[in-house]
Amino acid sequence: MNILVCISHVPDTTTKIKFAENNTRLDTTGIQWVINPWDELSLTRALELKEKSGSGVQKVSVAHVGPSSAEPTIRKALAIGADDAYRVDVEALDSYQVAAQLAEIVKAGSFDMILCGIESSDYNGSNVGGMLAEFLDYVSVSGISHLDIEGGEILVTRELDGGREKLVVPSPFVGIVQKGIAKEPRIAAMRGIMMARKKPVHLVDATEAGPLTRVKEFEPPQPRPACKFVDPENPEQLVELLQNEAKVI
Amino acid sequence: MDKKEYLKSGEFLVREVQANEVFVPEEFYEEQQMIAQTCKDFLEAEVYPHLDQLDKGDRELMKEILKKSGELGLMGISIPEEYGGFGQSFVTQMLAAETIGAGFSFSVAFMAHCGIGTLPIMYYGNDQQREKYVTKLAAGELLGAYCLTEPGAGSDANSGKSTATLSDDGKYYILNGQKMWITNAGFCDTQVVFAKVDKDRILSAFIVDSDMEGVVIGPDEHKMGIKGSSTAQIYYNDVKVPVENMIGERGEGFRIALSILHMGRMKLGANVIGAAKMAITDSVKYANERKQFNTLISDFGAIQHKLAEMVIRTFAHEAAIYRVSKDIDNLMEKLKAKSECDEGRAAIEAISHYAVEDAILKVYGSEILDYVVDEAVQIHGGMGYSAEMNVERGYRDSRINRIFEGTNEINRLLITDTAIKRAQKGDYDLFGMAEELYTRVDTISDGAQEGESYFEEKMRTVKNLKKVAMLTIHKASNSLGRKLVREQEILNNIADIITEIYISESLALRTEKTEESRGEAASVYRDILDVYLYDSSSKVRKMAMDAVYSLPEADDTEKLVKAVEVLTKAKGVNVKEARRRIAARIIEDNQYKF
Repeated sequence: MNILVCISHVPDTTTKIKFAENNTRLDTTGIQWVINPWDELSLTRALELKEKSGSGVQKVSVAHVGPSSAEPTIRKALAIGADDAYRVDVEALDSYQVAAQLAEIVKAGSFDMILCGIESSDYNGSNVGGMLAEFLDYVSVSGISHLDIEGGEILVTRELDGGREKLVVPSPFVGIVQKGIAKEPRIAAMRGIMMARKKPVHLVDATEAGPLTRVKEFEPPQPRPACKFVDPENPEQLVELLQNEAKVI
Repeated sequence: MDKKEYLKSGEFLVREVQANEVFVPEEFYEEQQMIAQTCKDFLEAEVYPHLDQLDKGDRELMKEILKKSGELGLMGISIPEEYGGFGQSFVTQMLAAETIGAGFSFSVAFMAHCGIGTLPIMYYGNDQQREKYVTKLAAGELLGAYCLTEPGAGSDANSGKSTATLSDDGKYYILNGQKMWITNAGFCDTQVVFAKVDKDRILSAFIVDSDMEGVVIGPDEHKMGIKGSSTAQIYYNDVKVPVENMIGERGEGFRIALSILHMGRMKLGANVIGAAKMAITDSVKYANERKQFNTLISDFGAIQHKLAEMVIRTFAHEAAIYRVSKDIDNLMEKLKAKSECDEGRAAIEAISHYAVEDAILKVYGSEILDYVVDEAVQIHGGMGYSAEMNVERGYRDSRINRIFEGTNEINRLLITDTAIKRAQKGDYDLFGMAEELYTRVDTISDGAQEGESYFEEKMRTVKNLKKVAMLTIHKASNSLGRKLVREQEILNNIADIITEIYISESLALRTEKTEESRGEAASVYRDILDVYLYDSSSKVRKMAMDAVYSLPEADDTEKLVKAVEVLTKAKGVNVKEARRRIAARIIEDNQYKF
């Protein structure tokens, strides 16, 4: 069994987000890029499955849609343990375009399980996994918090409101993964870093599919107002503030 | 070796260096950055959640974390691949050391293991010793310590009283003695121990297994800082050390000890950068949240001054650290290429060669970190004094850096002494150039040219500081001759001048080299350079004046004073506005990100 983990290249969570070109594009100056946290956890679980005796997983690959500036992020995935990588050299502008290009990668290889993070921490679109399954005409399961292979069967657990659903899924399928799938992301070991430079990164031809949407404007969140402390001996002041200032009661 | 091919230690005092000759941190390649990220990820995942527990003296936990770092390969960064390591360049080793340097006590335990606990065997051991010990030390299967200091032998390390007497059957050295301030003592498996064989004048070095009969490890010391690192005394009572455990030759121990200390100083210089950057980031985050008088304290000029100054010194030190690291790599390659020595020996020979620079970076680095952590506490106000905050821990942990790896007092003497001795040996013509300069001291000028560019002006300023160093050394040597060695205050003045020259030149070269690649973002680099050179010139002026006035009065005293005044006249800078711009950048980023 071969697993393909789709990885997105996102700003580190400590990045102070700024916009350029009349707030229509992310200002990438000085940004430190990382693997999207959900994708990193998917990769961790895929590698755990590969190491699990009897899982039948032979290879874990990673896929990315983006320009060569994302190579360090891809190389990190290889250092963590992925066997090889695929990249489509397109600066995708929306989820549709990303999913369309990822579908080209899947078609170029031979994969039984395709994992996507449930969202990316930059645009939080939560669309790519579902769209990718549509392009491929594969089964997709979203909200996966547990993934295993037992006796040749792929078992997934989905988080529902207040409960869980356990499913057996066919292969190939697209798994849309949320946190909980693995405990912690792996740290790239020195040996992995050394090996990463020798692992192949395949360039896949892009499809002509372009974006379906256009960003009109990004609006940064308002700064959080200062926290007000109320004396515990003075509940009247708390009520007054909630009523007249916060206007929530 | 061809003089043109690389800059010898101390040679920067007499030579003009071009920006394209130096390596700058902006040139780290992807793999180096990935290694640094791994070190950072490791600290965040395995060290930071346990800092309080480590500081309570949980030795088992420290041991467990060290072993995890070994499993990840971090202990093998400096070790050649044939001994289970990853054979990384010295620049990469220093980048890893910088990153781990933000790990408080863990950093001390880790660095002691990887450096002084492992490298004497790697650099001076034979193949059997490397195979038996280094492969396991590089993987963290064994944890190492280095045992040099004794109750009566600190800075004067060769005066140790530990003895190693050959047994009657010639199979063992019987080791007796006492060592103190031994980092990792509480849990180490192997120790590099220095002792004198029979009545030798010079130390020899031995590998001692902690479980050998007669090795007694005392309780941990109660320390001001780095409480998580185990520091204890070790006693040796008739310990039978197999003869094959001697490292190098009999009587080679003192040389080994000193060489390893050179390496330790360099690495310490890198460690402090990581610690400083962390304290700066903690400080700016706090200043960006804390309000007084209805205003964020990061809006106040007094706080901006502190933040900027913390950045300036750290950034300048970083420039010097990676500059010399690349010089060491270059020299190491040349030594290996000429088959003058194997990889281990090439490494230590190259590191030891840069003795002037390692002492500079040890002194300067430990002192800037003390400055940075002090201001970090100050920016945090009352909270900075609370043990809840990392800056409180950082403040206590920093202090040891001025003491271990050779006190800053010893290292200041080494800066001047080594620079002069290397010149006397003929490595560079310091005295010839100084004599020539002295002959025209009456007419000396600052050399300013009409229409000179920004960087021409900066490099001229640095060049003038070099002239001050030459004149001061020339005057001190001629006035006192051999007695100079006893005038430690004057030697310290000269050491501080030499230090300022190396740091400011490195900063100027870094700024120039990165100007093009950084574009507009580099404008703040110019602010850093402007403020630094302005301050540095005035420090050099004071140190030179102190030295000249402390020498026996002579006819040329006033001439020299005037020359120093001319040569240290830096271009005026609106330091307030420059510091505000530097502060604005870090306040905007909310972290150290230069």
